[in-house]
Amino acid sequence: MHPSHTYSSDTPPKIDWSNAEEAENFAHTVKLYRQGRYDADSFRRFRLQHGAYGTRMTSDYAMVRIKLPAGEVYPNQLEKIAQISEQFSIGSAHVSTRENIQLHWVVLEDVSEVFHGLVEVGLTSREACGNSVRNVMCSPLSGVCPAEEFDSTPYALATARFFLRNPMVQNLPRKFKFNFTCCEKHGMARMVDVGLVPKTLDVNGTIQKGFKIFLGGGLGNKSYVGNQLEDFTPQEDLLYTSIAVLRIFDRLGDRKNLARNRMRYLVNDMGWEKFQNLVLKERAIVKATQSVITRLDVDLTPASIKRSVRISNEGQSGTLNGYARWLNTNTVPQKQSGFSTVFITLEAGDITATQLASLAGMIRDFSCEGRARTGFNQNIAIRYVPNDDLPHLYSKLLTVGLAKSGALSMASPIGCSGTTSCNLALTNSHRLAKEIHRKFLEMNLDEDEDLYDSSIKISGCPNSCGQHGIGTIGFFGGGARVGKDMYPNYQMSLGGRSDGDTMLGVTCMRVPAKRVISVILKIIEVFKQNKHSDDTLKSWIHRIVTNHEDSNVKSVADLKKILEPLTTPPTMEDDPDFYSDYGSDGSYHTKTGKGECAA
Amino acid sequence: MCCLSQDSKIKTTTDADSLRSAIRDRSVRVIDVRREDDYKQGHIPTAVNIPLATLLADDSPETVLKLVSSVGIDDETDVVVYDDTFGALASRIAWTLEYIGHSNVTLLDITYGKWKSLGLENDAKIPDVQRAEHSLKLTPNIMATHTHLDHAMEKNNVMLLDNRERLNFLEQHIPGAISLPYRMLATPDKILRPQQDMKRLLENRGISGDSEIITYCGSVGTLSGLAYYALRSAGMYDVKLYVRSFREWKNLKKPIAKQEDANYWDLSAE
Repeated sequence: MHPSHTYSSDTPPKIDWSNAEEAENFAHTVKLYRQGRYDADSFRRFRLQHGAYGTRMTSDYAMVRIKLPAGEVYPNQLEKIAQISEQFSIGSAHVSTRENIQLHWVVLEDVSEVFHGLVEVGLTSREACGNSVRNVMCSPLSGVCPAEEFDSTPYALATARFFLRNPMVQNLPRKFKFNFTCCEKHGMARMVDVGLVPKTLDVNGTIQKGFKIFLGGGLGNKSYVGNQLEDFTPQEDLLYTSIAVLRIFDRLGDRKNLARNRMRYLVNDMGWEKFQNLVLKERAIVKATQSVITRLDVDLTPASIKRSVRISNEGQSGTLNGYARWLNTNTVPQKQSGFSTVFITLEAGDITATQLASLAGMIRDFSCEGRARTGFNQNIAIRYVPNDDLPHLYSKLLTVGLAKSGALSMASPIGCSGTTSCNLALTNSHRLAKEIHRKFLEMNLDEDEDLYDSSIKISGCPNSCGQHGIGTIGFFGGGARVGKDMYPNYQMSLGGRSDGDTMLGVTCMRVPAKRVISVILKIIEVFKQNKHSDDTLKSWIHRIVTNHEDSNVKSVADLKKILEPLTTPPTMEDDPDFYSDYGSDGSYHTKTGKGECAA
Repeated sequence: MCCLSQDSKIKTTTDADSLRSAIRDRSVRVIDVRREDDYKQGHIPTAVNIPLATLLADDSPETVLKLVSSVGIDDETDVVVYDDTFGALASRIAWTLEYIGHSNVTLLDITYGKWKSLGLENDAKIPDVQRAEHSLKLTPNIMATHTHLDHAMEKNNVMLLDNRERLNFLEQHIPGAISLPYRMLATPDKILRPQQDMKRLLENRGISGDSEIITYCGSVGTLSGLAYYALRSAGMYDVKLYVRSFREWKNLKKPIAKQEDANYWDLSAE
């Protein structure tokens, strides 16, 4: 027997994000709060600043949001998260759309114990919630994307380091988010407070690194697309620009009106040109008035790519059941020849503790960079897998139930946590995403190339944690009624996208929860009847919502007419199931508590 | 009336090294609680086999007494119990011994699987044991019945701990219970956390030796048996095991509480 863990061969985490004192301090503060010596509002601020979010209809439990800056996570960290999840949470963890890993239903008094565990592996949940700089994201393909100009990961990590625990950002008007990306296609640079796309410029024969910076975008109750600050921001100005934007937001952001205090509202109220000028002026002031030269600590040491020695050649045959399908929908060839990035399909981002621990082992064995990344779509990416190892990795994934196909297709919808844990949720968006996922795989729709670049994104309320605004088909939950009987209902939008042509989905119609799947399938059917030969669902819907379609279905209104018959509520007697939400037997009613702004 | 001085006197576990010495000195009776087939394939040297199922088939004190006597345990015998199920099955047997009046009983602080992975002695030989006489001195103060619970829950200084997994607790539990899943009690290597760790964790939860503490789990008192020893190891002295646990409580149609208005099961990837 050989030991199951070989820590010695681990690539150690590059950066320690943790702070042991915060665990002690948190335990102490919870006690003071329980004794009534700390008022509820101050405690809530404190709790959120430390990354513990409230839970649906109870103050006894919290959700701990573990930050993974740039999405980077190491095998020993995944093992620790698995262990903590079994001990203090529900035995499953949730990978969020912002590259965090969330542990739900943790007893508030145990949160400090979770922190102790995270400290052991250099992780933190500090500033994962609250009015601070949230997890700094980076494309899971940064560094390996064939279309990128350079790897922005070191800049994302340096930005995360600079702002974490920095007094400048402990009490902002509202949360603040940075997204770094690899290229226009894979990122979400225009749907966030600060979005950055790496760009190079040839200055008299020297290649200058820099960014295209987009400001003031974001998804929410009201969503906006970000504006580009200038043609090119040299990398030396990255920090100054970030500080300038944060200073302006801190100074001018609305601290009173909670519903309108994200920076995108400030930009919108002020007008882009005025805001843009303000940022450029402020940046000049930041540069001119610094007492010591402030720089980002960008670590540009190239990652060491080490192939682990394997003697056996088991699983070398490519004939495993489902392998070709999985290869098509779950892997991306890297710019480094001979290597692929493998995306793990998770149902609405959920993964068991056992699976997490197994995954840690596979990362050690198969990733030549010795770590993994969380992605933008509630998934996990294992990079630098040698192509000839892919069948072997697939066979390993099969043994732990992680080899489902469709990770990069429309078959893997985004679903926020919804009524499984969130105070604001009106519907069980989380379960709906899982139901759609299962249906798509059952119907082999993940293999349909016409659907590859489309997405389904579902939020349980208007607040966009499920990013419905940028889904090819997006849904947000609410309640509707027939007489006195309520049923769960979704507002559907079409044509949202987050690429170089970012736009928000166009509102189409309301669809009852229990009719969402049949409506999606009908849309696909109508698309198949009317598509051009080279169309994807995304390109077809894009023409419809932008009024450029010339077939029988020319507009959202035309499509609505076709879908409407599917959405007529039956009577309670005919179909009582229609009146209950997924995951519940009883009759549906909306119930919400106070929100704390989760993403 | 906290008896802090008792802390160090409560011995709940025995480490592998001490057990190996005791086996060499022939000063201990080791009980393997796994299934007979597993036991026969190999066990810690000199261990006798009392499969948990055998005990549960009839755990009346008289029957247990016969069982204990038949494996050569008298009132003074030092007993160490082990399993391969993170200590939960061993705990249930150890607790039963305590209940009939045998106080010299501890748990091996690692599982049999761990013992083997450390390369420690293992053999398949079934030891010859001389029958011994054991007296019956019931210790009812470590046992809770449902009628005890009915009365106890009306008092302020009683804490009821549910040791099932979190989602099971959220779905249904005995009203007033606190969720302390059995997984919290162990480390990856040992069946129980180190004493200081356990104390800190319990203190955060407001679980102190000033209260009477009752543990329960799903059916037969295994997970809650482990919790019984976890609490004892942290110096709690008034701990009771509701040995018939939630299964009996439900069968008796007693009141049940749940976490309302949330679909927490849908967060599980199981």
